[in-house]
Amino acid sequence: MDLAKLKQRGPFEWVLPATGRMRVPGVIFASRELIEGMDAKVREQVANVASLPGIVAASYAMPDAHWGYGFPIGGVAAFDADDGGVVSAGGVGFDISCGVRTLHTRLKLAEVEAQQARLADVLYACIPAGVGSTGGIHLDAAGMAAMLKGGARWAVQEGYGTEADLIHIEEFGCVAGADPAAVSEQARKRQRDEMGTLGSGNHYLEVQAVSEIFDAAAAKAYGLAVGDVVVSIHCGSRGLGHQIGTDFLREMVLAAPGAGIALPDRELACAPLKSALGQRYLGAMRAGINCALANRQILSHLARQAFAEVFPGARLSLLYDVSHNTCKEEMHTVDGRRRRLFVHRKGATRAFGPGHADLPHEYAKVGQPVLIGGSMGTASYILAGAAGTEERAFGSACHGAGRAMSRHEAMRRWHGRAVVDELAGRGILIRSPSSRGVAEEAPLAYKDVGAVVDASDRAGLARKVVRLSPLVCIKG
Amino acid sequence: MKRETEWETFAHEADVGVRGSGITLAEAFAGAAMAMMSAICDPARVAARDAVTVVCTAPNEEMLLVDWLNALVYEMATRHMLFSRFEVSIGDRHLLATAWGEPVDVAKHQPAAEVKGASFCELAVRQEADGRWTAQCVVDV
Repeated sequence: MDLAKLKQRGPFEWVLPATGRMRVPGVIFASRELIEGMDAKVREQVANVASLPGIVAASYAMPDAHWGYGFPIGGVAAFDADDGGVVSAGGVGFDISCGVRTLHTRLKLAEVEAQQARLADVLYACIPAGVGSTGGIHLDAAGMAAMLKGGARWAVQEGYGTEADLIHIEEFGCVAGADPAAVSEQARKRQRDEMGTLGSGNHYLEVQAVSEIFDAAAAKAYGLAVGDVVVSIHCGSRGLGHQIGTDFLREMVLAAPGAGIALPDRELACAPLKSALGQRYLGAMRAGINCALANRQILSHLARQAFAEVFPGARLSLLYDVSHNTCKEEMHTVDGRRRRLFVHRKGATRAFGPGHADLPHEYAKVGQPVLIGGSMGTASYILAGAAGTEERAFGSACHGAGRAMSRHEAMRRWHGRAVVDELAGRGILIRSPSSRGVAEEAPLAYKDVGAVVDASDRAGLARKVVRLSPLVCIKG
Repeated sequence: MKRETEWETFAHEADVGVRGSGITLAEAFAGAAMAMMSAICDPARVAARDAVTVVCTAPNEEMLLVDWLNALVYEMATRHMLFSRFEVSIGDRHLLATAWGEPVDVAKHQPAAEVKGASFCELAVRQEADGRWTAQCVVDV
């Protein structure tokens, strides 16, 4: 991206002044190197988001921002219903509430290394992964409605996990205001066989070891020490969420002119928050969030069963669960005034700082765990929401590495078998049904996640706490 | 000499662009569907065995392309199928098509990623100067 149109406000903060149709400025948090590496489409998409009705403060982009559709991936924008603000199906995307959760295994690296291959095989047998895979749970109409209303809370009531898990999930495992009646029959049908499935593409279940600690106090609060083994699960709301996105994108594109909204890009399809369509989407999208939370809860249950088979007596506790494709109703202070805002995070993680009322008490002093996935051969990170981050980007941070090259280019460059063998030589065991899928997710197809988390840390969005190194990766 | 229907994927930073072209609008739509299938797996590995009928209606041709690709995504997801051959007819923004394929066999098809949905990003349906039709958009994988 050409820096000429940006004004640098700090070493990691760049402002795109409001011009033309922009109602607010754009703000990109990144190092010079990361910005220079971003596609010019990111700036264009940040500016487009800034033109939407009722946007508050600024259109933000996180350090991992890249060319998305409508919003940039890594985009954050908040809207005020009382100022004609909108909710955007494009701003949430197809994979509603895609996110990451991390469970602490209470096992140490040496114990897991001694059983690494067996653990990989048992996990691969237990976790439905890949295109066309189906789960073992098939919900009837009443069960589907209860799941869409209850999220992870429903899953725990059904026996998948414990009450203690719920404390360690955003919104305590169940987002309020879900409206199952707003979810189409097609969306329900797509979910019929997909409860408790991982999906494909960049979704994974990974066994990781804490390899470095950057913030001892926060690591202690999160219960992490060097050599501890954790499990991270990256997936979303499966077919149900994808179909909700499809249904409402179409409806919002067609309804926008009637609502007096001139879309700079059809993918920014949105509706006024104070409209029947906007409210219906909120109800459906929240049901999609609950579906994702229930799905990750069921996958956690399956991972616990796998660990118990390999390590009898193992007890996996949930460290935290974050969602990175959402629109959430939150209270924020803007120019000294408390306002109820609808915060869109598209490929961005909520990152509430120390003292926030919505955090579990053991994390209150250090801030919310922010779970950042890297590529399967490199590293993942756990960050902590920084003090003052609410004023910077409505309490948001990055979500991952972002692709460095297209899937097609990755497939052309690498063969899946060679990637698996090379990683095995470095002590990382990959299990996947698809050789091509592994090639497309090759480590070098992703950007350097370390640079992204460094920029998040230095921009004051989220502090680095620990680095996680992969041991086993189950890819869809 | 260009073939009746051609297809390709094009680069998008996070996802995959799909593009079809043909002498008719319907052929371009069939090509876009083939390009989408190629983002999932090698269509040559998928036997054109079972037929599925798809019907769409939209207010304009671009929306019709999105609807067509999303209808295929839905059929693949709910029938656990992959497709490899398409016959499409379009008249007055109504689409009637038959898609042929077979149930997903992971070992045989080696599918890399499911498509979550067809987006409005880079969406275009147009007749080129040489008279051929192009139909394209980015699909989320």
